[in-house]
Amino acid sequence: MATLTAAAPVRRETERSLAVAAAVLLAFAIVGPFVLYPVFIMKALCFALFACAFNLLLGYVGLLSFGHALYFGWAGYLAAHAAKVWGLQPEFAVLFGTASAAVAGLITGVVAIRRQGIYFAMITLALAQMMYLVALRVKMTGGEDGIQGVPRGRLFGTFDLSNEMTMYAFVVIVALAAFFLIYRIINSPFGEVLKAIRENEQRAISLGYKTDDYKLVAFVLSAALAGLAGSLKALVFQLASLTDVHWTMSGEVVLMTLVGGLGTVFGPVVGAFLIVAMENYLAPFGQWVLVIQGAVFVICVLAFRRGIVGELAARLRVRL
Amino acid sequence: MFEVFGVPSQALFGQLLLGLINGSFYALLSLGLAVIFGMLNIINFTHGAQYMMGAFAAFLLLRHVGIGYWPALIIVPIIVGATGVVIERLFLKRIQKLDHLYGLILTFGLALIIEGLFRNYYGSSGQPYGVPESLQGGRNLGFMFLPNYRAWVIAFSLSVCLGTWFAIERTRLGSYLRAATENPALVRAFGINVPRMVTLTYGFGVGLAGLAGVMAAPIYNVSPQMGSDIIIVVFAVVVIGGMGSIMGAIVTGFTLGIVEGLTKVFFPEASNTVIFMIMIIVLLVRPAGLFGRSA
Repeated sequence: MATLTAAAPVRRETERSLAVAAAVLLAFAIVGPFVLYPVFIMKALCFALFACAFNLLLGYVGLLSFGHALYFGWAGYLAAHAAKVWGLQPEFAVLFGTASAAVAGLITGVVAIRRQGIYFAMITLALAQMMYLVALRVKMTGGEDGIQGVPRGRLFGTFDLSNEMTMYAFVVIVALAAFFLIYRIINSPFGEVLKAIRENEQRAISLGYKTDDYKLVAFVLSAALAGLAGSLKALVFQLASLTDVHWTMSGEVVLMTLVGGLGTVFGPVVGAFLIVAMENYLAPFGQWVLVIQGAVFVICVLAFRRGIVGELAARLRVRL
Repeated sequence: MFEVFGVPSQALFGQLLLGLINGSFYALLSLGLAVIFGMLNIINFTHGAQYMMGAFAAFLLLRHVGIGYWPALIIVPIIVGATGVVIERLFLKRIQKLDHLYGLILTFGLALIIEGLFRNYYGSSGQPYGVPESLQGGRNLGFMFLPNYRAWVIAFSLSVCLGTWFAIERTRLGSYLRAATENPALVRAFGINVPRMVTLTYGFGVGLAGLAGVMAAPIYNVSPQMGSDIIIVVFAVVVIGGMGSIMGAIVTGFTLGIVEGLTKVFFPEASNTVIFMIMIIVLLVRPAGLFGRSA
């Protein structure tokens, strides 16, 4: 009982700090397009969602997937194909991309969760590479050219997404809804079991949880959300290309999450904005981007494992 | 000339040879990964980049210093191994006590740095490296033409693999190594310098990657991304074989190379994905890997 009464104020405080952070995010989303390019914010939001999906797996279940580009990139292809070739409305194209990523997550998840730790990372990487090679060969993806000129279409048949601000509003609403969903997943009883698996899988098993089932559901959720991010990105840029299925993309999402803060709610968002901004500014320097990304990885692992938001939360003694 | 299942023997044995060559590199690289993993508990993502460094070192030695293939075969593994020693001392040592995943992420970062640097200076196109004069030409075996250099690569990598297996499984030094893998604290109590052994093991594993790079230089073009192309396949090989045994890594490497070569003959569309498909099947049937101890 004593722990219960003590926990209540902590929980309330946590919720307050999260509410503040969410308000900051919302304010930024409203003011942002007047200060920055809307396309830049939309790109960053897509990556933020991608990173949050990835963090759901690494930060809360302790599973490092090195192949998340598979869901991100292939959902982009399928959503682009649905919008361009089948002429689906944007909301259905995005749903189709997301649903196919979920199916892909289910199939690959069944294979990958048979091993733990490092093997899990290698397996997911290998599966993603396989699907990259498939993307390279299949006609549907357009090979090196990708799928270009994807129509944004009319949302629900009424809102014209070729208008930049309408598109922006759509991306912001979907991304915020997805962030909220992830937050609810993490704090649900299901999420608590995931954290238990992360801390001590053997003990979770001994308590009677079928941890493989929990891991698989988390994997499918993460893949689906990564697919949602990829589908949105395909609409925003009207393009689905090989870069999004390549292993460097899988590495990038690890980087965003690590920089922002593993296992924090807002860390991946911050990390995504930072890395996307960095890539924009460093674009003229060509291959140095790779070197700098690598260096950031090394520095993060050696000296900065909590990430920006994790460090901030530790300083302020709150959970973010 | 004769035919096997409707495929001319020349094509069949030609692809089989190519498969054996690829298998040699899979075996050498997965062997290095297994040795490093046994001692450091780290999956060395930098392995591909170090293989690429080996190829580039051979190429640069020839171009700028005029040192040819044969001396490079000895010098390059030492150079690449030395960079490995530096990496272990500077970085890997510091994360020994952390979760294994950090080792993977750190070495991934290092791989990006190395690949990025080489791309910066040499672009992404390949540089040619000639076959050494003494191994040019080939011989006609009646059923196929066997280039001398390819025969040499297969024979030499097989002997390096078996030599490594012998050194680890059958010598006194190897027994220290295996003991330190099982229980480092106890081996330390016997007065053996375990941290130095860890460093040298990493250097050795990386040196093997460098050696593979030198051997690969005359076969494939020397290019900055040659490492990242092969390392992911090698990861799949390692998952299939399991990292528990040295011999397992060698056998799996060669076998998968041959399987890949045969696939190129019979189902060319599947040739570059066949190893990943085998990985999926193995995971479903025998999750611990063919030679692995269940984790």
